[in-house]
Amino acid sequence: MSPADGVAVVLWAAAMLYAILGGADFGAGFWDLVAGNAERGARPRAFIDRALTPVWEANHVWLIFMLVVTWTAFPDAFAAIMSTLYIPLSLAALGIVLRGAGFAFRHVVRGLPGQRAMGATFAISSIMTPFFMGTIVGAIASGRVPADGSGDLVTSWLNLTSITIGVLLVATCAYIASVFLWNDAGGMGESDLERYFRARAIAAGLATGVIAALGLIVLRSHARELFDDLVSDALPLVLLSAACGIATLVQLYRSGRGTRVLAAGAVAAVIWAWGVAQSPELLPGSLTIDQAAAPDSTMTALFIVFAAALLVVVPAIALLLNLHQRSLLERE
Amino acid sequence: MSLPLAVSDLLLAREQMAFTLGFHIVLACMGVGFPTIMLAANWWGLRKESDQALQLAQRWSKVTAVLFAVGAVTGTVLSFEMGLLWPRFMDRFGEAFGIPFAIEGIFFFIEAIFIAIYIYGWKRLSPWAHFWTGVPIAISGIGGALSVVAANSWMNQPAGFTLDAAGNVTQVDPIDVIFNGAMPYEVPHMILAAYMVAGFLVASVYAVGWLRGRRDRYHALGFAIPFTIAAIATPIQLFVGDTAARAIADDQPAKFAAMEYVLETGSHQPEYVGGILDGDDVKLGIKIPDLDSILVGFSAGTEVTGLDQIPDDEEPPSPTLLHLSFDAMVGIGTALLLLAGWYAWVGWRRRALPRSVWFWRAAAAAGVAAILALEAGWIVTEVGRQPWIVSGFMRTEDAVTDAGGIWISLTVVVLLYTALGVGTVLALRALARRWREGEAEEEGDVPYGPPPAMQDEVSGP
Repeated sequence: MSPADGVAVVLWAAAMLYAILGGADFGAGFWDLVAGNAERGARPRAFIDRALTPVWEANHVWLIFMLVVTWTAFPDAFAAIMSTLYIPLSLAALGIVLRGAGFAFRHVVRGLPGQRAMGATFAISSIMTPFFMGTIVGAIASGRVPADGSGDLVTSWLNLTSITIGVLLVATCAYIASVFLWNDAGGMGESDLERYFRARAIAAGLATGVIAALGLIVLRSHARELFDDLVSDALPLVLLSAACGIATLVQLYRSGRGTRVLAAGAVAAVIWAWGVAQSPELLPGSLTIDQAAAPDSTMTALFIVFAAALLVVVPAIALLLNLHQRSLLERE
Repeated sequence: MSLPLAVSDLLLAREQMAFTLGFHIVLACMGVGFPTIMLAANWWGLRKESDQALQLAQRWSKVTAVLFAVGAVTGTVLSFEMGLLWPRFMDRFGEAFGIPFAIEGIFFFIEAIFIAIYIYGWKRLSPWAHFWTGVPIAISGIGGALSVVAANSWMNQPAGFTLDAAGNVTQVDPIDVIFNGAMPYEVPHMILAAYMVAGFLVASVYAVGWLRGRRDRYHALGFAIPFTIAAIATPIQLFVGDTAARAIADDQPAKFAAMEYVLETGSHQPEYVGGILDGDDVKLGIKIPDLDSILVGFSAGTEVTGLDQIPDDEEPPSPTLLHLSFDAMVGIGTALLLLAGWYAWVGWRRRALPRSVWFWRAAAAAGVAAILALEAGWIVTEVGRQPWIVSGFMRTEDAVTDAGGIWISLTVVVLLYTALGVGTVLALRALARRWREGEAEEEGDVPYGPPPAMQDEVSGP
């Protein structure tokens, strides 16, 4: 394994964490949106808000980390992605701004109309952002981003494959969020919310499974190379993801344990399956990981940064999550 | 559009970058400076058992929550824009330029994590444990500023890489990238600016309250804590800034010549205060003979490089803008120094806050003035580097995207950020109004208040 492969692995690990933690965060926005009118939705919304508040910013630092590591370690690929996918990236960034602002202001604004406007901004952008991120993944994975960045500005991401992956990502976010919220509700002894999110978790799990299966069919006819890689090299991971997804559903149905790990496992396996499927290429069809790599000294610097992150950031996140789980972090 | 497409896209991309960066930099300064101010109040409150100081610290932590959220998203936008607007810059120099940003990622992570713990830890963590969870926020704010400004100073004085014949980076020395020539003065200049902006801006809010007759101990502390921190930073800043200007005269002569109207290389350069450059004439300005040479080398005989030595296509685009921005920054900085001196003098002589209404009027204006100085300084360093994006190595026009349609993203960004700015101000005003009406206290919202069992009923959006 070259240093570049090592950095690529770290990049994919960050993508996995972002998909799980950031995904749960976006998904919570989805459930906020569909929670019904102000009266009916008040309780789930308040609960979502409480579950999300202390951790949401930390969850999104992964994205910045991925951007920075990509432009440092694989500058050619970064430039190509940013040039070809200018539109969906701009829209995802727009969603991030709306979402952060909506969420932050909602806590401060009093009065129903203001809160409703802010809440809607937050919720709609929670769907829009992962959708466009999904189209970006679809464009890269299906080889529509050439190394020179000259890919079509529109059709590279506005095609059946990319849209399918965009929809799949939104569904995945909703799914993982509902499982996490169900666990949180159980942990806090809120039995009505536990039932509320359990039903939604089962529905979201089934929906995500169906979309994923349809997605494979779409890939088979529209992105044959990606499909072939997914069912050969990456097949164990695809199967692992399916197994985790089914096990999550079974445990949800039985109100059993381990759903959080299983649901996260299902998402993680898909992310790694994508990585394995397109390796050793970074931009399928035009650029390998080694071709895109920065000089070794840059990679060494990045590994030192990663080591520092492990030493400093991981314990800090553990502390935050620990305090959050023990309900020591409270918004008044 | 009659302009060639490349030129207009370049201008639009620069406008978008300038606008989003100019917006974010205010929030970034608050992110760097405000936590220290908040912790000072927290520390004071715990040591002196001052409820007012604790209440200030707690309320400031809520303000921090809003500002950090907005700053986090505008910062995210900037990291997108690096690639979206300047893909060829990233393509060619990402492997060097990116290293300080990767380090910044760690600081940002730590900051986000501990801000969450601190903001939401008021109720159930023990008081001193809670105080200490705030300390990493202040440290990572400084570390983050150091990393980002190291990257910016690298653009001004690039170092730590080897190019092959085709101009591609083949080797990188990360230490030389980070500790480039401009970094030792740009970094402290920016961090001190952050403390000045945060300190004067927070203090100005309480100065306005003071002018409106709210002169209790709460407002006195709310003014004195941030103002003292800003007042300490100001004289150091003038010294650092002066050193920086001298270093720029040596290392970035084109920027210096433009910002100081040095037209012909030579000794006995005059200093212009104000003035508009019209061809080879400086109009309307006050001309002080020899002073520029004296400022650069402590003697009238010091030779200063002029614009005549700079190739025409490498001259910064608008010397007048640079010079007036530079003068505005120095002028405001000097005025703030006088204000800080006034405050220190009265504090030393009478152990009290100044009584003169003129002091309070000036203090009320100091926050906005500090922001203006910040923006002016940023214009000097960024516009002064043009036409280069990486000084001497890559021109900005060679870095810009050819995606086209930047006028759309620029329009969206201007509208969105305007809404964001208005929203932030409205949100903070709503918070302040609520606090004045004493609503928080009714909720039992007292720092380190009664045990959680009594408060569990109070929740909701």
